[in-house]
Amino acid sequence: MAGIYIHIPFCKQACYYCDFHFSTSLKKKDSLINALINEIKLRKHTLQNKRIETIYFGGGTPSLLNISELHLLIETVYNNFEVVETPEITLEANPDDLTTEKIIELSKTPINRLSIGVQSFFDDDLKMMNRAHNASESKKCLSVATQYFNNITIDLIYGIPNMSLQKWHKNLEIAFSFSVNHISSYALTVEPKTALHSFINSGKYPPLNEALALQHFNHLVETTAQQGFVHYEISNFGKPQFFSKHNTSYWQGKWYLGIGPSAHSFFGDQRAWNVSNNAKYIAAIEKKEPPVTHENLSNNDRFNEYIMTGLRTIWGVSFNRVETEFGSNTLNRLKKTAEKFIAEGLLNIVNEAKPSSTPKKGEFLQNTSSNSVLKTTNKGKFLADGIAAELFILS
Amino acid sequence: MKNIRNFCIIAHIDHGKSTLADRLLDFTGSVTDREKQDQLLDSMDLERERGITIKSHAIQMDYEFNGEKYVLNLIDTPGHVDFSYEVSRSIAACEGALLIVDAAQSIQAQTISNLYLALENDLEIIPVLNKVDLPSANPEEVTDDIVDLLGCDPEDVIHASGKTGFGIENVLAAVINRIPAPKGNPDEPLQALIFDSVYNPFRGVETYFRVINGSIKKGQEIKFIATNKKYFADEVGTLKLKQLPKKEIKAGDVGYLITGIKDAREVKVGDTITDSKEPTKNAISGFEDVKPMVFAGIYPVDTEDYEELRASMEKLQLNDASLIFAPESSAALGFGFRCGFLGMLHMEIIQERLEREFDMTVITTVPNVSYHAYTKKQPDDIIIVNNPSDLPDPSTLDRVEEPYIKATIITKADFVGNVMSLCIEKRGQITNQTYLTTERVELNFDMPLAEIVFDFYDRLKTVSKGYASFDYHPIGMKPSKLVRVDILLNAQTVDALSALIHADNAQTIGKKMCEKLKELIPRQQFDIPIQAAIGAKIISRETIKALRKDVTAKCYGGDISRKRKLLEKQKKGKKRMRQVGNVEIPQQAFMAVLKLND
Ligand SMILES: Nc1nc2c(ncn2[C@@H]2O[C@H](COP(=O)(O)OP(=O)(O)OP(=O)(O)O)[C@@H](O)[C@H]2O)c(=O)[nH]1
Ligand code: SF4
Ligand SMILES: [Mg+2]
Repeated sequence: MAGIYIHIPFCKQACYYCDFHFSTSLKKKDSLINALINEIKLRKHTLQNKRIETIYFGGGTPSLLNISELHLLIETVYNNFEVVETPEITLEANPDDLTTEKIIELSKTPINRLSIGVQSFFDDDLKMMNRAHNASESKKCLSVATQYFNNITIDLIYGIPNMSLQKWHKNLEIAFSFSVNHISSYALTVEPKTALHSFINSGKYPPLNEALALQHFNHLVETTAQQGFVHYEISNFGKPQFFSKHNTSYWQGKWYLGIGPSAHSFFGDQRAWNVSNNAKYIAAIEKKEPPVTHENLSNNDRFNEYIMTGLRTIWGVSFNRVETEFGSNTLNRLKKTAEKFIAEGLLNIVNEAKPSSTPKKGEFLQNTSSNSVLKTTNKGKFLADGIAAELFILS
Repeated sequence: MKNIRNFCIIAHIDHGKSTLADRLLDFTGSVTDREKQDQLLDSMDLERERGITIKSHAIQMDYEFNGEKYVLNLIDTPGHVDFSYEVSRSIAACEGALLIVDAAQSIQAQTISNLYLALENDLEIIPVLNKVDLPSANPEEVTDDIVDLLGCDPEDVIHASGKTGFGIENVLAAVINRIPAPKGNPDEPLQALIFDSVYNPFRGVETYFRVINGSIKKGQEIKFIATNKKYFADEVGTLKLKQLPKKEIKAGDVGYLITGIKDAREVKVGDTITDSKEPTKNAISGFEDVKPMVFAGIYPVDTEDYEELRASMEKLQLNDASLIFAPESSAALGFGFRCGFLGMLHMEIIQERLEREFDMTVITTVPNVSYHAYTKKQPDDIIIVNNPSDLPDPSTLDRVEEPYIKATIITKADFVGNVMSLCIEKRGQITNQTYLTTERVELNFDMPLAEIVFDFYDRLKTVSKGYASFDYHPIGMKPSKLVRVDILLNAQTVDALSALIHADNAQTIGKKMCEKLKELIPRQQFDIPIQAAIGAKIISRETIKALRKDVTAKCYGGDISRKRKLLEKQKKGKKRMRQVGNVEIPQQAFMAVLKLND
C-alpha cells in the first residue's frame, strides 16, 4: 500500500509565517498542472505496483484549482496506478475558496476529505498572520462543508503572541461546535526568511512566548481529550476512525510518491524530493526528466527516522521492531539512553500485550508476546524533537 | 667543505618563506614534478590547512654554479611569534639567512625580531624583497626601508617572487657568493649540534644535526654530551625530500641520525654529539629550555577517556617537546592535565592535533599565565600559580607578581592612537615610539603577558584594520593585583570556569563572562542562573531561561530527511558538551572568556 502527494504551489497571498513552497502568481498555473500530469505518468513505476490507498492535495492552496483540474489529476492517478476501492482523497482548502457552490461540486468528486485552513476564528489573528480569509467565511464554509463531507479536519494555530488562554479556548469551542472530527493544531513558529521573522526582529511584532505556547498546547491536549479526540500525533487530534490515513503513512514508514515542485517521496530505503522552483520544475518535466534528488538511507538514518517519527505518535517506538530491524545491540543502547528521560517523566515504556497468534482450540494462550513500546508522555511531547535527537545514533 | 652553504629563511608571518623555498627546490631540481605542491615543506596537515609553518624544516639541495657543484642546506622557519624558538635553533645551524620582506607589507615586527636573532649569531643576512609580482607591491619604498634597517646598499636587496619564480637565480647566486662556507676541521674529534628532532613512530627519534668539526659515520659509537648517553649511529644521512642514507656526514654539513631512541626527551635540542671514545673538549653552549607562556587545563569531554588522553598527550609530546603537561583534577571536570603552551596559537594547535590525530575530543579551560604568589606567613617563598585554584585565599595573600613582556608593535601612523589606547587599556606602558618612516611607526610597550592572552591579537587587528604586527619577549615579573573570578551555574561553582583577572577588570569581565555563557550554554528544561563571584561576593548575574518547546509543528509534506539532519546536527553538538551538575556545558563555553568582545 502507498500514497500519492500532489503539491499545488500557488497561494492568493503569502501568510506571514509561511515557509512552504508556493507562488502568488497564477500565470504558470496551466503549464504547472500539465507538468503535474506528466510527472505522474513519468513516475508511474516508482511505487512498484503498490496499490494506492491515499491521495493528498497539499500546498500552497489546492482549493485554487477548479473542479475539472482536480478531476483531471485524480483521473491521471487512476489511469497510471492501481487504486484501492475507497481511497482517502484529501484536499487542503482555504475558507475563502470554499463557497457553498464549490463545496457541493467537490462533494461530487472522489475527494472525500477536506482539510480546511481555518487557523483562527478571530479576525485580528487572521490579519496579523496575513491570511486571505476572515472569520465569518470560516464559520460559513464549515457549516456547509459539514453537511456534504463527514471527514473534515481544520487547522488551528496557537501560541500567537498576545493570544489569551480564553481566546484559545474559544477557538477550540467554536471548532467543536461544528462537530469536526479531526483537528490539526500547530504552534506558531518563526521560520527563517519569513515576514514574521523580520517583523519580530525589527520589533514590529512581539516575540513568541514559549511558556504561552506550552500553556495553549496543554489546554489543547486536555480539551480535545474531553471531546473524544485521540491525540495520535504531536499536532494531530482525531476521533477514532478519523485519523488522517495519508499523514499517518508518513509516520509509519509507508511508501509515498510526491508529485509537484518541492514534493517529497519515500521508497522504503530511499527518500527523494523535487526541486522547489516552479519554472525549473516545469522545464525539467518538459524534458521528461523529473527534477528529483535522491538520498539513500543508511541503517542509522532509518533508525533515527523511526525514533523521530515514533516519538511524535501514539504508536511510539516498538522494541520488537527495533530489535528485529536494527539488532539487539541497538535496542539495548536505546533502552539505556532512554533511561534518563524516563526518570524525568518525559518518556515511558508501555507494555502492549498482543497475541502473536490466535490460540488453537485447547491450547493455552501462552505464546503471547508482550511488546514494549517507548512513548513520549504528555509532558515529553512538547520536547519530542530534542529527546529524539538524544536517542539518535550517529555514524 | 668550501662548497657547502648552510642558510635559513626567516621573515615575518606570511611574507612567503615557504613559497620561496618551493621555488628554490624547483630551480635546483630537488623535487620531481610529481612531488611538487605549494608550500611543500609544510608537511603537517595542520600546516597545510592553516597555511602557516609551525615547525622548521631542513632540506638539502644540489646546485651547480659557475661549473662547480654546491651543496645547499636550507631551513625554512615559522614566522609566528609562538614558534620563534624554532627560528633560533635553525639559526644556530647556519652561516647565513635569507631575510624575506613582503614588498607590499614591508618590515614587520617579526622581521625585526628574527633579524636580531640572526645578527646575534653573526649570520650573513641576504635581504630578499619578495612578492614583487603583487599589484600592491611597493618595491622602491620597501627597499628603502630594508636599507635603513640593515644599513646595506640598495643593490644588496634581491627582488624576487616566490609565486612567479622571478629572481630565484639571483637568490641562489647570493647564497653562494655572499654566505661564507662553513669553517671547521674534519680531522678534529666529532662535534655536532643537535638543532631539531622529529619523532617517527616506526624509526624512533630522528635527530637533526649540524657537524661543526670532525665527522659522523654510520656505525660509530657516539655520545650526547648533556645527557651523557651513548648510542650507535644506526643510520646517518642527508635530508633530501626523502632521507638519503650516507656512510658519513662531514664537518660543515647537515644531516640526520637514527639511533633507535624511542623517548624524545633523550634528545635535547641544543645538545652536542661527539665520539664516545674520543670526545670533543668543546661542548656547544646549547639552548635554553623553551618556557611555556600560557597554561590551561585539558580534559577529556568523556571522563572515561582520561587514560587515552594521557597516552595521546605523551605521543604528541614526542613530536613537540615544547608541550608540557602535568595531571590535575577539577571538581567539575574530573581528571585532566594542566598544560603549558608557547602561546595561544600553540594551544589551539595542540587542541586541534589532539582532535584530528588522536580523535580525542577535549575541553580546554580558560588559559592563564604563570603568576607568583607570596603569603603573609612566608613572604619569601614563591608559590607558582599556574591554575586559578592555586591562588591562595585572599586573606592569607601577601602579594602577587605577574609576568611582563616587552611588546613591539609596528603599525601605520594613522593607527598609532588606536593602538596606544588598546595597549593602555591592556595595562601597557609605552616605553618607546620610533618613526621608521613617515608612514610607519614602531611602538614599544611593557605589558602584562596576561593581557595578550585575552583577545589582544583580534583587537589589535581590528583597531589597526589589519595594519599592525606584533612581537614580544618576556622581561620578568612585576607586582600585580590579582583576583579569582568564579562562575556559579545553578548556584554551584564550576571550578573549570574560574579565571585569574586583574582586580581593576574583574567587574567588567565577570559581567561579560555571564553574558557570554548565557549565549553559549543551550537552554535546558529548567532556568539556569549564572553568577560571577569574587570570593563570596556576587558581581554579576544572568539567567538562561528554561526550554519549554522543542518540537516542530509538522513534517511538511513528508520532509523527514531535513528534520532528521537538523536533529543529527544538534546531537553532534551535544557530543561536545560536558555535564556539570545537571547543566550541560558546551566545549567552547570553557574558553568563553577569550571571546568576550565578539
Ligand atoms: N603574490 C604572491 N604571493 C605570494 C608570494 N609568496 C607567497 N605568497 C603567498 O603568501 C601567502 C603566505 O606564503 P607562505 O609561503 O606560506 O608564507 P610563510 O612566510 O612561509 O608563512 P609562515 O610560515 O606561516 O610564517 C600564501 O598565500 C602564498 O601563496 C609571492 O611571491 N607573490
Ligand atoms: S495559504 Fe498555506 S501555503 Fe499559502 S501562504 Fe498561507 S499558509 Fe502558506
Ligand atoms: Mg612558512
